[in-house]
Amino acid sequence: MARPRVRPKQLAQVALLSIAILFLMGAGDEGSRFNDLGHRMMCVCGCSQILLECNHVGCSYSDRMRGELMAALDRGDNDDLLLQGFVQKYGTTVIAAPTTKGFNRVAWIMPFVALGLGLATMVLVVRAWKNRPTPALADGVQPLGGPELEQFRERAQKETEL
Amino acid sequence: MSQIGSFALLLALALSVYSFGAGVIALVRGGPGSERLGETARRAGIATFAAVLLAAVVLVTAAFHDDFSIAYIFHHSNRDLPWPYKFATLWSGQEGSLLFWSLLLATYGLVLRLRHKTDPRLFAYAGVVIAAVQIFFLLLLNFAAHPFAIMQGALPDDGNGLNPLLQYPEMVIHPPMLYLGYVGFTVPFAFGLAALVMRYPGEKWIRITRQWTMVTWGFLTCGIFLGAHWAYSVLGWGGYWGWDPVENASLMPWLTGTAFLHSVMMQEKRGMLKIWNMWLVFATFWLAILGTYLTRSGVISSVHAFAQSGIGDWFKWFLALTIAVFAFFFFKNKSHLRSEHKLESLISRESSFLFNNLLFVLACFTVLWGTWFPLLSELVQGTKVTVGAPFFNSVAVPVALLLLLLTAVGPLLAWRKTSLESLKRNFLWPACGALGVGILMMIFGVRLWKEASHFYSLMAAMLSALVILTVVSEFVRGGRVISRHTGQGLFASMLHLAHRNTRRYGGYIVHFGVAMVVIGILGTPFNKEAEKEMGFGDKMAIGPYTLVCQSYTQEENANYSNEWAIINVFKGDEQLTTMYPERRFYKASQQPQTLPRIYPTIRQDLFLVKDLYLVYEGRNQDTGRPIIKAHLNPLVPWIWTGLIVIIFGTVIALIPNAAPIRVPAPARVQTAPVGAGD
Repeated sequence: MARPRVRPKQLAQVALLSIAILFLMGAGDEGSRFNDLGHRMMCVCGCSQILLECNHVGCSYSDRMRGELMAALDRGDNDDLLLQGFVQKYGTTVIAAPTTKGFNRVAWIMPFVALGLGLATMVLVVRAWKNRPTPALADGVQPLGGPELEQFRERAQKETEL
Repeated sequence: MSQIGSFALLLALALSVYSFGAGVIALVRGGPGSERLGETARRAGIATFAAVLLAAVVLVTAAFHDDFSIAYIFHHSNRDLPWPYKFATLWSGQEGSLLFWSLLLATYGLVLRLRHKTDPRLFAYAGVVIAAVQIFFLLLLNFAAHPFAIMQGALPDDGNGLNPLLQYPEMVIHPPMLYLGYVGFTVPFAFGLAALVMRYPGEKWIRITRQWTMVTWGFLTCGIFLGAHWAYSVLGWGGYWGWDPVENASLMPWLTGTAFLHSVMMQEKRGMLKIWNMWLVFATFWLAILGTYLTRSGVISSVHAFAQSGIGDWFKWFLALTIAVFAFFFFKNKSHLRSEHKLESLISRESSFLFNNLLFVLACFTVLWGTWFPLLSELVQGTKVTVGAPFFNSVAVPVALLLLLLTAVGPLLAWRKTSLESLKRNFLWPACGALGVGILMMIFGVRLWKEASHFYSLMAAMLSALVILTVVSEFVRGGRVISRHTGQGLFASMLHLAHRNTRRYGGYIVHFGVAMVVIGILGTPFNKEAEKEMGFGDKMAIGPYTLVCQSYTQEENANYSNEWAIINVFKGDEQLTTMYPERRFYKASQQPQTLPRIYPTIRQDLFLVKDLYLVYEGRNQDTGRPIIKAHLNPLVPWIWTGLIVIIFGTVIALIPNAAPIRVPAPARVQTAPVGAGD
C-alpha cells in the first residue's frame, strides 16, 4: 500500500505557522538594562575584562563602577547620557566597543566593505571561470555536454548512490 | 652551564646560516658538485636540531638545578616550584618561549630533511626556507632575547617564581600545542614558497603538505581550546573566550589555515585556486608570526601581559621581509599558477568552497581589524578606543553562522554540478530536523525578539542541528549502499565507508565536532550568576540548585598557602556533591590566585548539561566574611567534548584509505562475436 506523501509545501506552511505563533507568545519581555550596559563597558583596572565579568582579585574599580552604574539607572539617566558620564570620568577606553560616531564608525563599516569587496571579487572570478572555454580533448574527441552529459550523471548517481 | 647553552645557540645559528647559504648556492648553481653541497646543507639543517635541543636541555636542567645565576631561571622559577612547572619554565617567559619556538622549528625541519627522498629537489628548496626562518629566531635568541643571560651582582637565594596564573596543569600542555600549531605552519609555507620559486609542476606539493597542514591545524585547534579551557578553569570569570588580542592572534592563522584545508581540495581535484592557495598558505604563516609578535612585543595591551619586551622591531622587519620575498617570487612566477578548469555550475562543491573561503578570510580580516583598530584610532584621532567582545560578537557571530550553514550544505553538493532535485532529496529531512529544534527551543522559552543574543542562539542551534543531521545522513546513506553490496551490518558498513575515504569522513566528523562546540557556545546568553557573603550554614540559590556553606579550611605548603570553602550542593533535598573553591597565595611571587571549581551536571541533565562554577573571591574588607560567586553555565561541557570529536576526526582524516571493496560484476552480455576484435 502506498504511503500518503507529505508535501514539502505543507510542511513549510505548518512550520511557518508554528513560528509565527511562537513569535507572539510572551512578547514584551524586558531585558535588564543593568546587565546590558554593564556588558557594554570595560573594567578600567587594567584587567581588560568586561565590567560585569571582572572578578580580578582585589580589583578596586569594578565594584565602584557597578555601584555608579546602578546609581545612574536609579536616577533615570538614558543610555547615552549614562555612557557619556562614564567616558568623561574614565576615558574613552571604558566603552567596550567603538561608538558609531566620527572615525569610530570606520571600525563597524570596514568588515562590511570587506564583505562587499570579497563578494564582488568572487562574482568576477566565477564569471571568468564560467566563461572559460572547455579544454579540448585529445584525438579530436568532442566533450560531452547538455542532455547527454546529464544522462551519464544521473546514471552514475543511481549506480553509486553516494 | 650558561656557557654551554650560549655556545649551543651560537653553533645553531652558524649551522642554520650554513644550511641556508650552502642550500641556496647548490640550488642556484646546479651541476654535479652542487649535489654534494646540497647534502652538506641538509646535514647542517639536521645538526641545527641537535644544537637547539642542547640549548633547550641546558635551560631545563638549569631550572631543575635552581641555577639562579641565569637571569631567566631567576625570573621564572623558584626552589619550591613543583617539577612539571620547572619543566614548563622553558616556555613560561619571553626568551625561553622563543627558544622553544626555535626547537619546534628545528624538529619540523629535522623530519622534513629526513624525508627528503620523497622529492629531493622540492625538499631542498623547502629546507632552505625553513633554515631562513630558523636564522631569524636564532638571531633573536643570540642577540635580542638571550635565555642564558647571567644575573648581575650577588647570586640570589631563590627565584621570583612562576606567574601563579601559569601554575595549572593545562599550562604545561597548552603552550606546546599552540606553538606546535604556530610553528608547524612554517612547513606548508616552506613547501608553497619552494613550489613557487622552482615553478613546480602539478599539484604534488599540495599532496605532500596536506598531512603537514592537517597535523599542524590539529595542534593549533587543540592549543586554542586548551587555552580557552585554561581561561575557564583558572581566570575565574566564568567564561572561556574574551576576544583578548592574544586570543585573537591564535584565531587568525587558524581561520586562514582552515580556509586552506578546504580550498586545497579545489586545487587537488580541479586544478583551481592555485594563486589563492599560495596566498593562503603564506597568510597563515605570516599571521602565525604576527601572533608571536603580538604575544611577545606588548604592542597591544592584553591580559597576557607576562611576556612583554622590546623585540617588536625585530619582528616588524621580519614580517616586512617575508612579505617582500613572497611578493617578489609571486609576481615573478605567477604565470605558473593559472587555473586549468572552468566552473560548470553555481550549485556545486566548487562554489561552496569559494564562499566558504570568502567567509573564513572575512572572519580573519574582522578579527585582525578589531585587534589593530585601537592602534589605528590612536594614530588617526589621537585617542585609544577599546574593541572588545561587543564588537566581535556583533560582527563575527553572523559570519560564523553563515559558515555553519555552509558546513551543513557544502558536503551535500557534488563536484562540478548538483541537481536541485538531489539537493532537495538530501536536504529535506535534515532541514526539517533543524526546524524542529528551533521550534522546541522557542517552546522552552527562547525568545527571538528579546535580545540579539537569543536570536543568534536559536540560529546557531538550528544550524548545528542541520550540520549534525547532514553528517549523520551522509554516513547512513553511504553505509546503506555498502551494506547492500556486502551484506555487512549498517554500523560496520559505516566504519568501512569511513575507512575507504578517511579524509572525507574524517572531515565530516570534524564538522560534527564543530557543531558540538557551537552548541556549547550558544548557551552563553542563558548563563546565570549569583554572589553572596557566605558564613557557616549560609545558603545561596542559583537556578534549581542550593549552595550551603559547610566550612572553610586552610593549608600551607612550600610553594603557597591556601584557603578553601567547603560548599554542599543540593537540588531539592538531594545532595549532589561538595565543591571546594580555593584561593591561593604564592609565596615566591607574593601574588594571590583564585581557583574556581566546576561541577558539570551530566548525571542530572545529560544533553542539557550545565556547569556549576564556584569562585571563592576573597573576604569582604569591611566585614571579613568570605565572598562566594556562583555561575550556572548551560551547555559548556559540549565545547570540550566537541574538541575531542574534532581531534578524533582529524586523526581519522590522517589515516590512509583502505582498499575499495570488490563487488562481483554482473555477468557481461556478449554483444560481439568471438574474435570480432581480431
